[in-house]
Amino acid sequence: MALVDVKNVRKVYRRDTQEVPVLDGLSLEIEEGDFVALMGPSGSGKTTLLNLIGGIDQPTSGDVTVKGNPIGKLKARDLAKWRSRHIGYIFQLYNLIPVLTALQNVELPLLLVKMSGKERLDRAKNALSIVGLGDRVKHFPRQLSGGQEQRVAIARALVSDPTLLLADEPTGDLDRKSGEEILALLERLNKEFKKTIIMVTHDPHAAERANRVLHLDKGVLSN
Amino acid sequence: MNLFSLVLVNLLRNKRRTFLTMMSVVIALFLFCALRGVLDTLDSAIKVGSESRLVTRNRISLIFPMPQSYWTRIAAVPGVKSVSVQNWFGGRDPVKPENWYAQFGVDAPTFFPIYANDVEMVEYSQPQIQVAMPPNLDPKLAAFMSEQNACVVGQRLFKKNGWKLGQTVHIAGTIYPGDWPFVIRAVYHAKDPAFGEETMLFHYKYLEQKGMGGNGSVGIYVLELSQPDRAGDIAKTVDAMFENSAAATRTETERAFQAGFVSMYGNVPFLIGVIGLAVVFAILLVAGNTMMMAARERTAEIGVMKTLGFEDKSIFAIVLAEAAIITLGGGLIGAALAKWGLEGSGFNAGGFLPPMTVSWATVATGVGVAVLMGATSGLLPAFQASRLRIVDALRRVD
Repeated sequence: MALVDVKNVRKVYRRDTQEVPVLDGLSLEIEEGDFVALMGPSGSGKTTLLNLIGGIDQPTSGDVTVKGNPIGKLKARDLAKWRSRHIGYIFQLYNLIPVLTALQNVELPLLLVKMSGKERLDRAKNALSIVGLGDRVKHFPRQLSGGQEQRVAIARALVSDPTLLLADEPTGDLDRKSGEEILALLERLNKEFKKTIIMVTHDPHAAERANRVLHLDKGVLSN
Repeated sequence: MNLFSLVLVNLLRNKRRTFLTMMSVVIALFLFCALRGVLDTLDSAIKVGSESRLVTRNRISLIFPMPQSYWTRIAAVPGVKSVSVQNWFGGRDPVKPENWYAQFGVDAPTFFPIYANDVEMVEYSQPQIQVAMPPNLDPKLAAFMSEQNACVVGQRLFKKNGWKLGQTVHIAGTIYPGDWPFVIRAVYHAKDPAFGEETMLFHYKYLEQKGMGGNGSVGIYVLELSQPDRAGDIAKTVDAMFENSAAATRTETERAFQAGFVSMYGNVPFLIGVIGLAVVFAILLVAGNTMMMAARERTAEIGVMKTLGFEDKSIFAIVLAEAAIITLGGGLIGAALAKWGLEGSGFNAGGFLPPMTVSWATVATGVGVAVLMGATSGLLPAFQASRLRIVDALRRVD
């Protein structure tokens, strides 16, 4: 059974009185340990699909199943718990909490897990070490470069050992060198740590890092 | 790190805003408690009087005097143990008119024994000559009794003016014109704080002779009862004696007399209460608006936290806790300032009222109001933040 099973999913947004279809009967399977790149023009539904798989949005119709969980049927409270256990999300603009240090940002998802303060701290430090920022634990986001911020965001996504890493244009706001570092890191997480990754990107060069590239156009997969 | 430290970090992200919001709550709660403190003080003014003492005054108004001849007639009423007299003087400090305090001419041999449980002499001059002291009168008042223009002043008034024992204090008479020199011969401490320590007491006889030309009239008679349970009957008997005289009397318990005094303020207590609530309400709107702004600024962060798995109720609790800490913290500081700051100042409206009191009930009400402010100002932003859809929250920055 595939880790992610998207079946006949439709997503329609309503803007004022107009209905805007974003995904139109899309079906997709992603195996555990895969690294998938989602490409397509703006408005093709890439981020929407990522949000549906991550359980932060609901399909208008169709089913999304992740690791056997039909997430569309979960109540808001259960869905929040499910996200904390199974999903690690990496945003284009990093979205770190500016008033927390790198370590505290990484620690944040662990506040939802029952564990001792020491264990939480150790895991957060370990996650920062994996992304190569073991020496930046006390730095605030404003004291880090864009690439470093994104690495902290990856450590935050990684720290709770989620089933699935979802990255929404993780290199979109970075220069080429920093982007390469982030992509290398994601590749390493996939190969070395066997993390399943779904990455939305505009950049064909970034997509080359993935095992599989899916093209979305006007809400349907084109290949 | 834990959820509480997350709340604190959020509060400190904009220190100036948090400080100013908290200060506005501090000021609002200080004013609320201070204004209610005025009501507390008026309440405690009522409690100054005793239920076992009666006060007889002119039935028409307190400002009209009664003949001195009533004294012996009232003292003869069965159940009356002793009778004293008290006259409002109403003088001013000729040098500093704003330094106003109450002065009363009292009949010391009867007045001080009646109030023996309320006041005690803490400083006093030694008498220059030997005087025969009336029975039951504190020997510390010997110097006071030996001089016609001697006076006894409250400890607080004494300290406030930097007076010394033996010093002559001049007062410009208003009701009884002229310069009135008084020599301080004793200082009293109010064992019952409600009695107040900003009053000057001097010999009624001095007032009678210098101010009234020997034709004494009396402001009020204070009756100490040997049978307090018969207070009602005694009051009726006294008033009946003077029913058809030129100065008919009204006799009531000392407590009722004080309450009547306070009732002269009319609707002022109501106004004070309304003003206090209006201040709180205005600040509530300010605090609510600030909380809304603070939560709205963090919309994307709230979206991120929800993406990480924070439940709606956790987000609700975090935002509400921020509002609660600001308002409860501000409320506690404001109420404490009112309690200790005002009580410490000893303000007593120039001796008209007991020293300013802010009761614990008022402090508790103030803290309760602060909690209510926290809940009211934090509920809407907390609710909005908790109901925020993740995709909408993230879209605002992306």
